Amino acid sequence: MEGDTGMKEVSLEIDGKKVTVQEDTTILEASKGVGIDIPHLCYDPRVPPIGTCRLCLVQIEGQAGLSISCNTPVAEGMRVCTENEEIAAIRKTILELILSQHRVACTSCDQEGACKLQDYAYRYQADEARFGLPERRPTERNYTTKSEAILYDPDKCILCGLCVKYCEEVPMAEALTFAGMLDEMRVSTAFGTDLPESPCVLCGGCIAVCPSGAMVDRAAIGKGREKDLIKTRTVCAYCGVGCQLDLNVNPRTNKIVRVTSEPEYIPNRGNLCVKGKFGMDFVGHPDRLTTPLIKRNGKFEQASWEEAIKLIADRLGQIKSKTGPDSIAGLSSAKCTNEDNYVFQKFVRAAVGTNNVDHCARLCHASTVAGLARAFGSGAMTNSIDEIRNAECIFVIGSNTSEAHPVIALHIKEAAARNGAKLIVADPRDIELVRFAKLHLQQQPGTDVALVNAMMSVIINENLLDKDFVKARTENFEAMAEAVKEMTPEKAEKITTVPAEKIREAARIYAKAKTASIIFSMGITQHTTGTDNVLSLANLAMLTGNVGKESAGVNPLRGQNNVQGACDLGALPNVYPGYQSVEDPQIQAKFKKAWKTNLSGKSGLTVVEMIHAIEAGSVKALYMMGENPALSDPNLNRTRKALEKVDFLVSQEVFLSESAQFADVVLPSLCFAEKDGTFTNTERRIQRVRKALSPPGEARDDWQILCDVSTAMGYAMRYENASEIMDEIASVTPIYGGISFDRIEPVGLQWPCLDKDHPGTKYLHKGEFKRGKGKFHAVRFREPAETPDKKFPFILSTGRQLYQFHTGTLTRKSRAIDQKSPTGYVELHHEDAEKYSIGEGDFVEVSTRRGKVITKASVGSRVAKGWLFMPFHFAEGPANMLTNDALDPIAKIPEFKVCAAAIKKAEPDLER
Amino acid sequence: MSNTVGTEACLDTKALDEILGSIPDVGGDDLVPILQQVQKAYGYLPKPILMTVSERTGIAAARIFGVATFYEQFHLEPHGRHTVRCCRGTACHVRGGPGIIEAIKQALGVEPGETTEDMRFTFETVACLGTCFLAPVIMVNNDYFGNLNARKIKSILERYT
Repeated sequence: MEGDTGMKEVSLEIDGKKVTVQEDTTILEASKGVGIDIPHLCYDPRVPPIGTCRLCLVQIEGQAGLSISCNTPVAEGMRVCTENEEIAAIRKTILELILSQHRVACTSCDQEGACKLQDYAYRYQADEARFGLPERRPTERNYTTKSEAILYDPDKCILCGLCVKYCEEVPMAEALTFAGMLDEMRVSTAFGTDLPESPCVLCGGCIAVCPSGAMVDRAAIGKGREKDLIKTRTVCAYCGVGCQLDLNVNPRTNKIVRVTSEPEYIPNRGNLCVKGKFGMDFVGHPDRLTTPLIKRNGKFEQASWEEAIKLIADRLGQIKSKTGPDSIAGLSSAKCTNEDNYVFQKFVRAAVGTNNVDHCARLCHASTVAGLARAFGSGAMTNSIDEIRNAECIFVIGSNTSEAHPVIALHIKEAAARNGAKLIVADPRDIELVRFAKLHLQQQPGTDVALVNAMMSVIINENLLDKDFVKARTENFEAMAEAVKEMTPEKAEKITTVPAEKIREAARIYAKAKTASIIFSMGITQHTTGTDNVLSLANLAMLTGNVGKESAGVNPLRGQNNVQGACDLGALPNVYPGYQSVEDPQIQAKFKKAWKTNLSGKSGLTVVEMIHAIEAGSVKALYMMGENPALSDPNLNRTRKALEKVDFLVSQEVFLSESAQFADVVLPSLCFAEKDGTFTNTERRIQRVRKALSPPGEARDDWQILCDVSTAMGYAMRYENASEIMDEIASVTPIYGGISFDRIEPVGLQWPCLDKDHPGTKYLHKGEFKRGKGKFHAVRFREPAETPDKKFPFILSTGRQLYQFHTGTLTRKSRAIDQKSPTGYVELHHEDAEKYSIGEGDFVEVSTRRGKVITKASVGSRVAKGWLFMPFHFAEGPANMLTNDALDPIAKIPEFKVCAAAIKKAEPDLER
Repeated sequence: MSNTVGTEACLDTKALDEILGSIPDVGGDDLVPILQQVQKAYGYLPKPILMTVSERTGIAAARIFGVATFYEQFHLEPHGRHTVRCCRGTACHVRGGPGIIEAIKQALGVEPGETTEDMRFTFETVACLGTCFLAPVIMVNNDYFGNLNARKIKSILERYT
């Protein structure tokens, strides 16, 4: 019999139960599938079998001796006995041998109650002293001694090898190894290097898989054992991957003790990155805002909720009646829930009466939304995260996935390293994924259209296009073909610096693959040509028939945990929830009826336009929910001046961020761990966010605050809970039509989910594009807004790094992260460093036409000669002082990725 | 076991260049032969050289370290000009092996695993030298000395300068 993967199925009997599974399944996995729990210490579904612990042995009828079930595949007609008296006795002895090496210290162990070794020792009543107690070795320095994140205790280590294997197979960091032999054997980094200096990426996987409590979260020591903790499953609050995790909270202290996840969770299979694992210190941080604050004579004073809300309602009311609703603007937040975002835009549209609502998606994927909506009719990731693993070709362009979306990078690496996928990486920097790539196209920043057009010209010239798809499913092919014709690989080489032959090879690999998936992110979108870049990627995918099928597609990776949701729910100036145009009279009528009020039919201002409108005096009040434009927006001097200038500024925040400090009123709100609601991840999956602990002080949920302000302004809004808001969302938002809290309780659903019976949508545009036919666009290469010249000879790009997130408001509160990533830097090529006499770690001044910052030099070959890169997380060297606020004409996204810059050595204390 | 190695001042990578140059398409399987050649060229496995091996071959430093510490034949610290290996096998044990170990310790003034200050000898014990018929037995470099007793040790060692 053949399953849908083409793999044969076999039937066997386990403990008298009939089981049918795929032929490559192991006995242990087959048993697990029917609820038979075979003891094991060194098995984990995410890594190939190790087979060192010998605990999983079983009896196969007709075979002499016992077999290790974790690495024995099933066979037709096999009859397996997973436990009898003989097996139980052997397991007991094995456990006793293991315990002779393991310092039994359950009384003070953090793993107590969640320890496999302890559980099995109890189950088989193993005698820990049967083979003698292990000799207590003197405590020696090891690779974790100085780590703030992880503690390794070799005396508890049973040398099963699972942590080493996980590190090698899943993050592929290969930071760990067994060192030494016999009694001296233990887990170590290379040469015992301290963890922060090793290639470890702090994913915490070694802690998660350790079956004997030898590896633990250092910060969690003594803060609570399994029985002291309550686990709440929720969604990570950092990037758009939407990892499912369990917050382990000690209710006695109301603190998150540790973060865990399980292999069966979607979409991350229990894998986490450093931010999800070690970045939660902000939740119960003493700097959290606990009461409303009102600024009087330039100083914040504590205030009551009544006072603060009345002040806001009065001031907004005055401004509205004096200069009109369009003189008020709102910045919603991609960090907040769908429910918060829905209520926020409803507040701005219905209570204030303007469409001046936007959020930071403008700064990341506005060009994606604009481009893909034009080409396909829908601006979201076309396919699902899980499909990446099976793609034949993966074309990653302008996405440093390992650092910005680490858990998606695990899928890409698995595809390339284990499943034979051909990975093409187009990135100006030598990023981690290059290690796994067949080809690295190191294009000059800002030349993506030239690169992609050249690939298309090769595909058309060499007749590698999918003619049937182009004919049946698309329109405007000729105009596109005409536009790309001129871009020969040789011409593109001159523009991009990528050798023509490499461009040809990339085009051939991409076009010949049965399934080719494009993955992109800010490197594509944050340009004045952002929309063009996205359109040309859409062109490439359509040209080769790579849309509307599994493991293919055009896949923008969203940066914030809920940036997809904030866009979906209409925190955008031109659309209501579900991308329904505010300028369409029919749609407008529908919302007027649903919200029982008049609505403006004029599209509102975007993020950067709001700042410019404040400058011009046409916007008088700004209401911010969780945004930090004073660090995240381009050309900070200009942004900060505007925040100072605006007549009335409200900030709903968890911390007194750089932006909140400019506010007239600050309202303390809840962070994700204290909220109920939903986030929508990058693959359009709407997932439940669950309250895990009580909020600090008088802090309140964002939507509740908004309801109170709105009601005080005369537009009554009242909801019992977040679930009720989602029901209203479903009633006005067709793509969310079938979403309700009870349906998404177990696993989230992917939109479009049109009604209560709709199963959700794994990949988009199957059979037909959302807009009918896919539309090719004739896109031609344009230069970035600013190019290097004599005074500013370098090209500067900005971006993220693995350890920090966005403006650092959250991650920089973590000690584990701070140890690994203490401050900002600028990457430059060693030849440039030599030329300017700059050494590794030297303080340098980086300047552009807009400003200058002092930061540390990181010298190497990650960037090419003539290019610079700076992460933008650090307030002490804010990269956005330098960036250009020139906008893409369609999407209004600023050009964070390219500006002309100069660099020189600096004296640290003189200029700061 | 110490995980740290002494800092080596400016090791010449010329020998390493030759070793890596002689192996086409270096892969993980070549690691042990590479380490053997490195040790032959440098006398031991210096950390900076191993880090360079990692950089040039793409073999993770952790994996190199794991292999280098797994086999008795590899040394991460500078080694004496001569290596004395004393067998700890069963046959040697019953025929007075422990006394031989003691005699070598006294003659050299170092513990097993250590090197004499003058870098003349490194003393190691091994699980078995495979010559049980000669028990108790030691090896100095590639020479076997069997049917030993503690009195013979000093004169044997004196042959190696």
